[in-house]
Amino acid sequence: MPVRQRENPFGFPKPETPHGEIVILEERCKGCGFCIEYCPHQVLVISKRYNLKGYHPPEIAKPELCVNCGFCRMICPEFAIYTYETKTGDKP
Amino acid sequence: MSVLAELQKASLSPGPEFHPEKHPMDDFLRMDRMPHIWCSTCGIGVSVNCFAKALEKCQVPLDQLVVVSGIGCTGRVAGYVKVDSFHTTHGRAIPFATGLKLANPKLKVIVFSGDGDIIAIGGNHFINAARRNIDITVICVNNFNYAMTGGQMASTTPEKSILSTAPFGSYEFPFNLPFLAESVGAVYVARWTSLHVYNQTNSMVEAIQKPGFSFIEIIAPCPTIFERQQKMGDGLDRLRWYCENSDIRNGASTKEADIRLRDRMVVGKFVDVERPTYLQAMNAHYQERLGSKYKVYEG
Amino acid sequence: MKADPKGVLTGSHYIDGDHACCEGALAAGCRFVGGYPITPSTEVVERFSRRAPLVEGAIFIQMEDELAASIAIQGAVWAGKKAMTVTSGPGFSLMMEHIGLAAMTETPCVFVDVQRGGPSTGLPTLPAQADMMQARWGSHGDYEIIALSPNSPQECFDLTIDAFNLSEQYRVPVMFMMDECVGHMMERVVIPPADRIEVTPRRYTKLPPGEYLPFKPGPDMVPEMFKAGDGYRLHVTGLTHDYRGYPVMSPDVQEQLVHRLVDKIRLNAPKIWRYEESGVEDADVVIVTYGITSRVAIEAIEAARQKGIKVGMLRLVVVWPFPEPKILELATRGKALVVAEMNYGQVFYEVERSARGKTPVVLAGHGGGTVHEAEAIVSKIEEAYRCRS
Repeated sequence: MPVRQRENPFGFPKPETPHGEIVILEERCKGCGFCIEYCPHQVLVISKRYNLKGYHPPEIAKPELCVNCGFCRMICPEFAIYTYETKTGDKP
Repeated sequence: MSVLAELQKASLSPGPEFHPEKHPMDDFLRMDRMPHIWCSTCGIGVSVNCFAKALEKCQVPLDQLVVVSGIGCTGRVAGYVKVDSFHTTHGRAIPFATGLKLANPKLKVIVFSGDGDIIAIGGNHFINAARRNIDITVICVNNFNYAMTGGQMASTTPEKSILSTAPFGSYEFPFNLPFLAESVGAVYVARWTSLHVYNQTNSMVEAIQKPGFSFIEIIAPCPTIFERQQKMGDGLDRLRWYCENSDIRNGASTKEADIRLRDRMVVGKFVDVERPTYLQAMNAHYQERLGSKYKVYEG
Repeated sequence: MKADPKGVLTGSHYIDGDHACCEGALAAGCRFVGGYPITPSTEVVERFSRRAPLVEGAIFIQMEDELAASIAIQGAVWAGKKAMTVTSGPGFSLMMEHIGLAAMTETPCVFVDVQRGGPSTGLPTLPAQADMMQARWGSHGDYEIIALSPNSPQECFDLTIDAFNLSEQYRVPVMFMMDECVGHMMERVVIPPADRIEVTPRRYTKLPPGEYLPFKPGPDMVPEMFKAGDGYRLHVTGLTHDYRGYPVMSPDVQEQLVHRLVDKIRLNAPKIWRYEESGVEDADVVIVTYGITSRVAIEAIEAARQKGIKVGMLRLVVVWPFPEPKILELATRGKALVVAEMNYGQVFYEVERSARGKTPVVLAGHGGGTVHEAEAIVSKIEEAYRCRS
């Protein structure tokens, strides 16, 4: 039987999943879609808005699911999105 | 006001910030030149992002970092990073970097250029600098064509690709860059794609910190030119393709790293060996030969 | 500032022009040579490779081709050293793109061309003076360079130091146009003590990062320089650029930059010109010459004077920028001009242009491979004398 996260046989402290806040610099976005595609929790979706360049920047659909993995920040070619860690808490 | 007058006015001030919001990497970039020229879904921006992150991780003092690039889309990287940067002639970034490094060995010299620039016109310099084990890091962004000039065939173009100078498909066999780099003596050889951002960053950290000639090849999408001519979608489609079709095989033999247009691709860190660098070999040799008459060369 | 004594081989030596050139470079403070062997210039780099390990701070690397050599020296300059490369005709042709880069980025460096018979592979071991126009016009685009021409091993030493000083003064690549004869002839070369050699230091800026603009010209149209690693974090590019060094695609920035690159030398030319006159005052015919040919011309002048023709000589030490006013002055004073050079007419056309038709200009040239026969020059002197009357 696999040991599930809620059971704590050795009394170790419970691991805390980080949470991240996402900042999108919309005017820099060139609508590549990398961040939307590769967010592990599908936090981002493509918005219907246009930025000044005529692209659809991403918008945050499920902000509570962001775990500050940083992949969107790393894969963005335009330096248009980043996250920072805010608080930790249990995750389902 | 003419362009010139505007620029002269701008020259006297630090330059307007392009956006009021800031990204954590903005201090590393020349924000007065943003937005950069790379197309939407191009892989070069991703490489610069990973490079910025790698510099942060290995804590290289930015005053001692020099970026040299050649001509081409990737060659524009030198213009966008806020370090001492040199945008030299086509194919000759590596000998320029050699001169910089040998004249002042305390500098950390990175060559950031494209596949045509480094291995076609610059091929001779690439193989000789690797042979000599000059302590520089070469990051080669490989988009399989000469993108800046409109998509001509390159020496890394996979067979049967359609390009502007091969309108009926190319029949030339391309370079296998990791194999070439290993065979001429590079001490660190890795290949990643634009999708493998963490691997790229870690490779860059390792390569920058490793003394000797390090070579990282980054397979990047070129949506406007290469992918469009092959009708392979845009950069995002290409990243999905990399996700499905790239095998990470660290330590694999570089002989297996050929790239075919629609076949699986091998990525990974292939070579990580030790060899004395050019200056180490020079100093050791002269000390042995000339004894106390020789003062160790430090720049 | 005085020369660094570590590089100065004070004393009286019996060496050839190539060796003297190497010693001149070391005396001037050159500490990086990126070379490639090519006859008849190889001795320069051979000597430097022998001297460099024993001179503190000097390093020699034999690059894989002239293209690499000509740009490696520019990397070394931007890292803070004085640098030089050495070649002959075929290598000089290869270096042209990077001479243009050095002119565009205002990189001070010295290119030594020990001229040999051409075109193409030509006569590798025999002299010529047929790269003179190429030194000036070889690379594409509008730019100006400075070119010097020595006529003895002693001058190879002295003028190499001047070449480095001029390149630092004007932030321009300087072409040192020797020929195989001067390069391979052995004569006495006296190297003075270091405190008697004047060396121009690099014009580094004293402004802090943030205030300094790398391509903003000073009052003499030359910007101050910086070096990589000092914290300036600036961009240098071969594209047309503004004061900040950023590439800008616009005709007015092109005008601002390229016009200044050209004016930098043209308007400062009166300070750069150097020539030697002998016997010109009462002469009816003046031989305009440079390099080894000037030594043959001395014999021709004596022979002509014995025949009753008053002949003088104008020896060009700095060939580019070309001393047009001097030629015009000689032409206006009614002196016929004979241009003696080892080619089929290169500086001849400059002399003819500068004379503005006021006097006959005759070419005493041949294809190279040997120095002139004095009689050949004498017969051209007679022809010029006849045309004059």
